Amino acid sequence: MFKSIRESLTRTRQAVFGQIVNVLGMGEITEETWEDLEALLVQADVGVPTTMALVDTLRERVEREGLFRAEQLLAALKEELRAILNSDAPFELEGKRLLTVVMVVGVNGSGKTTSIGKLAYHYKQKGRKVMLVAGDTFRAAAIDQLKIWGQRADVPVIASQPGADPAAITYDGIRAARARGYDLLFIDTAGRLHTKYNLMKELEKVYGVCRKSVHNAPHEVLLVLDAPTGQNALVQAAKFKESVHATGVVLTKLDSTAKGGMVFAIYRELGLPVRFIGTGEGIQDLAPFDPDQFVEGLFERN
Amino acid sequence: MFETLGNRLQSVFDGLQRRGKLTEADVDKAMREVRLALLEADVNFKVVKNFVNRVRERAVGQEVMRSLTPGQQVVKIVHEELIRTLGEPGRLNLGLQSPAVIMLVGLQGAGKTTMAAKLALHLRKQGRRPLLVAADVYRPAAVDQLQTLGRQIDIPVYSEGTAASPVDISANAVKHAISTGATTVILDTAGRLNIDEMMMDEIKAIKARVNPIETLLVADAMTGQEAVRVASDFHEAVQLTGLIMTKIDGDARGGAAISMREVTGVPIKFLGTGEKLSDIEVFHPDRLANRILGMGDVLTLIEKAQAEIDQEEAQRAGERLLEGKFDLEDFLKQMQQIKKMGPIGQLLEMVPGMNKMAKDVDLSQAQQELKRIEAIIQSMTPEERRNPKIIKASRKKRIAAGSGTTVQDVNALLRQFREMQRLMKQLKRGRGRGLGSLFGRF
Repeated sequence: MFKSIRESLTRTRQAVFGQIVNVLGMGEITEETWEDLEALLVQADVGVPTTMALVDTLRERVEREGLFRAEQLLAALKEELRAILNSDAPFELEGKRLLTVVMVVGVNGSGKTTSIGKLAYHYKQKGRKVMLVAGDTFRAAAIDQLKIWGQRADVPVIASQPGADPAAITYDGIRAARARGYDLLFIDTAGRLHTKYNLMKELEKVYGVCRKSVHNAPHEVLLVLDAPTGQNALVQAAKFKESVHATGVVLTKLDSTAKGGMVFAIYRELGLPVRFIGTGEGIQDLAPFDPDQFVEGLFERN
Repeated sequence: MFETLGNRLQSVFDGLQRRGKLTEADVDKAMREVRLALLEADVNFKVVKNFVNRVRERAVGQEVMRSLTPGQQVVKIVHEELIRTLGEPGRLNLGLQSPAVIMLVGLQGAGKTTMAAKLALHLRKQGRRPLLVAADVYRPAAVDQLQTLGRQIDIPVYSEGTAASPVDISANAVKHAISTGATTVILDTAGRLNIDEMMMDEIKAIKARVNPIETLLVADAMTGQEAVRVASDFHEAVQLTGLIMTKIDGDARGGAAISMREVTGVPIKFLGTGEKLSDIEVFHPDRLANRILGMGDVLTLIEKAQAEIDQEEAQRAGERLLEGKFDLEDFLKQMQQIKKMGPIGQLLEMVPGMNKMAKDVDLSQAQQELKRIEAIIQSMTPEERRNPKIIKASRKKRIAAGSGTTVQDVNALLRQFREMQRLMKQLKRGRGRGLGSLFGRF
C-alpha cells in the first residue's frame, strides 16, 4: 500500500524536494541555504505564509540548538513538516454504527466521482456494505459515470434523473441504505466553486437532510482537492469547512508532478486532516494518507 | 476573480500614492510586496522573479524619479508589464481550410468537455457549423457527457463509443465533418498527466493524423506552481497554439494564467466563466490586467449588460428616467435585469473602485436584500408602485405583512428609492458621480 504512495511521490521528490536535499545535503548553513529553502518550499505550493513560518521556526532552532550543518537543517525541516501534519480528529468513517453517511464535496473537476469509485472499492474489500448516492444531478452524464464506478466496485448506486433535487435523492439513498441493511453510504455531489452562493446553499441542504435522517450524520464530509491546485486550495477548504463542516481531505492526482504542498497550510490553518490520496486512474489507486510516509517520501533520495 | 492579487497590489500602491517622491528603497519595498502578492497568487516562482526584475528595472530608472506622481508611475509600469506578459488578445485562427480542426488537451478535471461545448456554441453564434468529437474513451461516461451537452445546445456529436482508438475516431470525425458540411471540428481528448508518456504519445499521434489548426491547452485557473511544468510539457509534445483558462469565476488569484503564458509564449484565447454553456469570454489582456490591479473591468460589464439586458426594456427605462417618471415598477424591472447579469459580487468587481467593496460587503446578504426588496415591491398595488407617495401607515402595514417584512423594511426601501430618484435627478443635471454611485444604491 505504501509503495504506491512512494511511487506517486517519486515525481515530487525528483522535482522539488530532491532539490532541497541537494541544497541541504552538504556544507554549512549560509544565507543562500535559507533563500534556496524558501524558494523550494514556495515552489512546492507550500504557500508564502506557511513557508515563512517554517523558515522562522527553523532559524530559531538553528540558533537555539546550535545547528550549523545543512544536513542538520534537513532533519529539523522534516520534523517541522511532520509536526504540521498532526491531527487528533477521529476518523469517523471507520467508526462503528449501523449506518455511516459520508458526503463527498469539492470544486469542479477535482475528482469526486472517481474518488468515490475508489473509496467504494476500498471499503467493499474491507468487508463493508457500501452503497452510493448519485447526488450530482447537474453535470451531464455524472450519474452514468458514478453508475459505471458502482459496477466496477460491485456496489449499488441510488440515482434519480438529471436535474433532480440532490437533497431528495440523498433522502432516498439514506432510506434505501437503511431498508436494505447497508452500513456505509457515500454521497456524490456536483462540483461547485465555493464562491457560488446558491450552490453552497444547495450543499447545505444535502447536509441538512443527512443530519436530520441519521443520528450524527454526515459522519464525514470529505473534501476532494486535486494536488495541482495552488493556494486557492486553502480558501476552498475554509469555505467547505464553514458551510458543510468538512472533516477531511482526499488529495487526488498525486501521481502528477504536482507537490501537494498546500496540504501543510490546510493542516496548519484549518486543522483539516488528509485521509486518502489518489494516485492514478485505476480503482485500486487510492491509499490511506500516512503523514510519516508523506514527509519521508518527499525527501527520499533516489 | 483575482481580487486578492488586485487588493494586495492596491494596498501597496495606496501607500506609494500618498508619498510625494519615490526613493529606490520605496521601489524595493513595493517590489517585495509585488513579489509576495504574485507568489500568493500562484504565479510561478521563476516567472515572478523575471517579472519583478523587469518592473524594477523600469521603475528605478529616471522615468519614475522625475515623474510628478511616482506612485502612479509604478502602477502604470506594473500594469503595462502585466499586459505585456499576458500577451495579445486571444483570437481563434481557423484559417481558410474547411473543416478547421481544434484540438483540446489538458489534465484531468480541467474542464475540457464543458469547454468543448462552450466553444461549439460560441463558434455557432459566429456563423460556423461545429462538430463535437468524443475522443475521450477512458473516463467513464465522458462520451455520454459530450453527447448530453451536444443535445442541450443542438450541436452534432461524433462518437464511436469507447472501443475505438482516439486517433481513428478523430480522423473519421474529420471525414464525417466533410460529408456533413460541418466547418469546424472540436476534438475533446481525454484528460492526461503531462508525465504519462503513453498518453502524451496519443495526442501527438492525433495531432499528426488530423493536423489541427488550433491546439489549445485547457487549464484550471486554480493551478499552482506546477502550471509552468504542465504547460511546457504539453507545449513540447503538441506545440500549443493557445491557452484556455477555466473556472475563472472562482476566487483563485489566477497566477497560473501569467505563468503559462510566459512559459509557452502562446496567447490565452478564452476564459471559462461559469456553469452555463454560454459562460465563455474572449480573453482581453488589458481587462485582466486591469482587474488584477483593481482598476475594474467596465468593458466586460457593459458587454454583459448588453448580452443579458432586454434592450427595448432598457431604452424605455432610460427614457422614463430622463422624463423623471422612473417609478418603483421600473425599479423592480431594473433589479430583475441586474439579477440576470449574475451574482452581484461578480458585477461589483468589474466596477472601478468597487472591488474592495465587493470583498467587504457580505454578498449573500446583499443577494437576500435584493430578494426582500423584490418581495416588498411585489406586495404593492400597481398604483402604489407608480406613485409611492401615497404609501402611508396603513398601506405600509399591509405591504409589510404581504411581503413577510416589517414596516421598517418598507420604510427603508422607500427612503432608498427617494434617494435614488434624487440621484437620478443629479445625473440628469450632469452632477452624478458616475456608475459607482449608482451601483452603491443596491
